Amino acid sequence: MSGILIDGLNVWFGEHEMRVDAVKGASISVPEGGSFGLVGESGSGKSTILRALTGLVPTWNGYMEVLGTPLGAKRDRSFYRKVQMVFQDPYASLHPRHSVDQVLGETLSLHGFRDIDARISKLLDDVGLGASFRFRYPHQLSGGQRQRVAIARALAPEPQILLLDEPTSALDVSVQAEILNLLSDLRKERNLTYLMVSHNLAVVGHICSSIAVMQLGEIVETLSVEQMRAQETQHPYTKHLLASSLGAIKGDGSGADRAHG
Amino acid sequence: MTNGADNNLLEIQDLWVKFPTRSGIFDAVRGISFSLGRERLGIVGESGSGKSMTGRAILRLIRPPGIVSAARIDLEGENLMELSERQMRSVRGQRISMIMQDPKFSLNPVMRVGEQISEAYRLHANTSKAAAKRKSLEMLEAVKIRDPERVYSLFPHEVSGGMGQRIMIAMMMIPDPKILIADEPTSALDVSVQMQVLEIMDNLVRDRGMGLIFISHDLNLVSAFCDRVLIMYAGRVIETCRADRLHEAKHPYTRGLLNSLPRLDAPVERLEVLKRDPAWRDEDSISGQT
Repeated sequence: MSGILIDGLNVWFGEHEMRVDAVKGASISVPEGGSFGLVGESGSGKSTILRALTGLVPTWNGYMEVLGTPLGAKRDRSFYRKVQMVFQDPYASLHPRHSVDQVLGETLSLHGFRDIDARISKLLDDVGLGASFRFRYPHQLSGGQRQRVAIARALAPEPQILLLDEPTSALDVSVQAEILNLLSDLRKERNLTYLMVSHNLAVVGHICSSIAVMQLGEIVETLSVEQMRAQETQHPYTKHLLASSLGAIKGDGSGADRAHG
Repeated sequence: MTNGADNNLLEIQDLWVKFPTRSGIFDAVRGISFSLGRERLGIVGESGSGKSMTGRAILRLIRPPGIVSAARIDLEGENLMELSERQMRSVRGQRISMIMQDPKFSLNPVMRVGEQISEAYRLHANTSKAAAKRKSLEMLEAVKIRDPERVYSLFPHEVSGGMGQRIMIAMMMIPDPKILIADEPTSALDVSVQMQVLEIMDNLVRDRGMGLIFISHDLNLVSAFCDRVLIMYAGRVIETCRADRLHEAKHPYTRGLLNSLPRLDAPVERLEVLKRDPAWRDEDSISGQT
């Protein structure tokens, strides 16, 4: 069974002459327990796919399936127990006047859990925050700590699928490393399926095993991370993306070469 | 003439930026010294390391209650610390200009971009409107905007992020400043556009023999793009090196930052996590003077 199956997805905004086709005929398939990355520049439609999947955009057609269940126009509560999302900006995605305890407690009670108290402590432990963070407000946390709370909130209903929308792009590199490690650990421990959106090829390459490259609403190429590392790409846009991210790394490599020579 | 290193455009000695808070004075920048010649100097560090405050302090853009103090900030031999606010205004833009992170917030949303560029020129050069427009169009062309006439009459919301940043570069370059301070100029842009914007900025800076202070958190970018790098931590410069030797940096903090980057060409199971040593805070600031 596949974790996420999307076939011929179209998403558009506006009507008639104002209509913008944000996603055109996108097809991806993520095996259960797999990790899949979507890359492309802003406006290429990568986040829109995540939003359509979670039911945040009503104007779509095509076929979407999550853990064997086809998706219709509405999502029921059981869907949100299976699928959760972590957003890009932890400064914007947490309610500024809700403490960590309230954020997690609300999600847990919405999903009908009884042992909320024990679960909150467990969730905080799982994301590497101690019990001391439980009654803090978002403004008392650093960016990385906030993103950990956002991840804990997403994990609260015990989902099988996490949708990650640029989860580290608002963070410093040292904090990014911590969050990426946390995400890899969680996936291993819980056999989670990841669908991740990022513009950073190195980050996607670290987390994901397959990658789809998007341009102007279309998936132009789907390749494995090994193919990407070996630069076995067909599409000129993928080559361009690789060149611009390897361009920075090249400076890095030549520096190392000089050290040896 | 008395100035020792007369190649240097900017000499900064013992710069402090302080903010009084309820719990005492917070030092954002703690006594750093560096110089800038006709080169590209990178300042890297994490958020809160004081890198942006350094850039703003040079232009005396720190608003009260923030306090800037320095033994000297010499721009071509003239100490900016001794200038009046009025005199400072003729330094900003004309001799030192600054590009901020997000063009969306630095362009006036209700004014056509071309007029904003013309205005920047007319403020510093005494010319007619028509001459300013001609100069602005030339400048738009210099930042590789394909159809300058059309872009001239667009509003900021009608241009993309990459184009907006190129317009900002055009606006900052038009008074022909000696020094450009670029504070995370490409962080809000896509990777593919980043390189293009950097290249344009690089060419302009080089052709005009300007000095560039490039503030960024992106180590790879700085190492590929700059000549010399200062690494800041907790308001101090903890290491300085040639940009192409950044990857041989010795300080454990710099090493930690470098190792925490995921790399396409060198996959690892787990990324290294930076362990901060409290002693780094108290290390002496290293001089970045040449």
